[in-house]
Amino acid sequence: MRQYILRRLLIAVPSLLGISVVLYTVLALAPGDPFAELATNPNVPPEVALALRAKFGLDDPVYLRYFRWLAAMVQGDWGFSFVSRMNVDTLILQRLPTTLYVIGSAQLLALAIAIPVGVYAATRPYSIFDQIANTLAFIGFSLPTFFTGLLFILIFSVTLDWLPFVYSTDVKGTGIRWLFEQIRQAIMPVMVLGLFQAASMTRFVRSAMLDVIRLDYVTTARAKGIGQARVIVKHAMRNAMIPVVTLIALQMPAVFGGAIVTEQIFRIPGIGSLLISSILSNDTPVVMAVTFVFACLVVLFNLIADVLYGWLDPRISFR
Amino acid sequence: MAPLLEIKGLKTHFATDDGMLRAVDGIDITLNKGETLCVVGESGCGKTVTAMSILKLIAMPPGRIVQGQILFEGRDLVPLASRELDDIRAKDIGFIFQEPMTSLNPVLSVGEQVAESLRRHEGLSNKDALARTVEMFKLVQIPNAEARVHDYPHQFSGGMRQRVMIAMALACKPKLVIADEPTTALDVTIQAQILDLLQDMKERFGMAVMLITHAMGVVAETAQRVVVMYAGKVVEEADVDSLFESPRHPYTQGLIRSIPRIDLDSAHKTRLEAIGGSVPILIDPAPGCRFAPRCRYAFGLCAEKEPALREIAPGHRMACHLGEKQGVTP
Repeated sequence: MRQYILRRLLIAVPSLLGISVVLYTVLALAPGDPFAELATNPNVPPEVALALRAKFGLDDPVYLRYFRWLAAMVQGDWGFSFVSRMNVDTLILQRLPTTLYVIGSAQLLALAIAIPVGVYAATRPYSIFDQIANTLAFIGFSLPTFFTGLLFILIFSVTLDWLPFVYSTDVKGTGIRWLFEQIRQAIMPVMVLGLFQAASMTRFVRSAMLDVIRLDYVTTARAKGIGQARVIVKHAMRNAMIPVVTLIALQMPAVFGGAIVTEQIFRIPGIGSLLISSILSNDTPVVMAVTFVFACLVVLFNLIADVLYGWLDPRISFR
Repeated sequence: MAPLLEIKGLKTHFATDDGMLRAVDGIDITLNKGETLCVVGESGCGKTVTAMSILKLIAMPPGRIVQGQILFEGRDLVPLASRELDDIRAKDIGFIFQEPMTSLNPVLSVGEQVAESLRRHEGLSNKDALARTVEMFKLVQIPNAEARVHDYPHQFSGGMRQRVMIAMALACKPKLVIADEPTTALDVTIQAQILDLLQDMKERFGMAVMLITHAMGVVAETAQRVVVMYAGKVVEEADVDSLFESPRHPYTQGLIRSIPRIDLDSAHKTRLEAIGGSVPILIDPAPGCRFAPRCRYAFGLCAEKEPALREIAPGHRMACHLGEKQGVTP
């Protein structure tokens, strides 16, 4: 097991290197760089701008610049943000916890809704409960988060004035009061992201359960008289969760993508809104670092999914 | 002596898009304590549905027991809710399924799958249930039982899995074991082993066995009494000797004639007979005898009136118009 995880982490190294090459090349091909503004600024003499570019090695070939970036990255130097005037790693570390808090809670909410609803609907297919769950799920994943986000703001912030619609970094108050505010301001983004995820997940859990529930070993379990609840939870659900884990792992990139949009809407100072603002201001080192962090997170979640498989399904051995 | 199990006029139907499928259409089966009863018939004749109906293991919906009684020790199981049946399942009636490859849960250890019914019905602790499971595994001759209980189904061969299924069905020492084609999915050599094992277990625990099969060879080897089913009906019922010696229903005769014989010398060898045609679809069946379209003796009455099951000799019943009026004996 430990060896398996270690080996998977080692395998992740080349794929992350590959990802970084692609990211770096795409960014190098994109128009604009951190000094583009200098060139158009009339107060900076052209020869100064050129000297600065040469000093920072911006006119070197792409591969040279990539290796320089890689060497620095490996040594823990993630670069310097020209816009924020601070080191990229400090900037990301400031923003990352907020994103993980919001995305994590949203995923937990999605699971907390999708698993019980999907499982219950599958045990009573085509019942009224199933029909309602299906309809709601259909509406849920048909509505994009940028729409539901604005709708939520309109209802809960503007009309009802229950929840704040701008996420603030420095929440006033201490202790319980601070915690309460943190939860209160996260409710809407977590609901928007979580419900969207829950919608597609519910349908997936339901169909995975429906596939399993008519299998022979479920009948065997029922013949043992251990009760309906145990048959469902212990015998059917555990098997149905295997494909669900795959889905959740594969959806992870989409979740981060959705988080970028949601962070924009609710002005959450997370890593997603950092990415948007640095793209708009040509802050290449930050863009590079943020996309790379996203890549790392996706690779990490795939690893977690693989470990979960082994735990759920004894037929998969870690070799 | 009151019979252990008495099925009276059972009708189990399935709702399909094309109409009501009468899988089991009014059958009576009686099973005494300690008896081995074989239920034979070709695929789709309603054997499995009958067995599954006893413990309500059929999918409901679309399946439904529309009529009849299933008396187990005098108590009717049909009106019972699933939760009430849970006290009887595995405890009083054990079930062995056809497909050992798919009937065990792939993600739970085989030991746990046996132990859970022991915990439920005998109130054993984890430790005691596991000890009893090891004991059962030894009884069904699974080598290295202490270690094997922790293994998963995919680490067992088909025959070994069927041994696990038998251990599971017998764990709570039920009064009746229903075995639904327990050897169909196995190699011939393993089939004999499993049948022997079942016989052994039956003698040891003194339970009754309801063996569902389509192999006449299995019937001859194991049964005391035989029920022949065709298209959701019982067509003949007799003790095993009289059934093989003097089968009375044309369908039973066909079944027996279709057994390959190796005991005849080449001079007496004849071409193996088959029953022509196939089982009717049981949605809105035509009136009359359901076997008539495939029956070589069929005459006018067969298409009009359904023959009732009648006693033709003590303990020998059959449902056929032949011999009823014209004096024609098949």
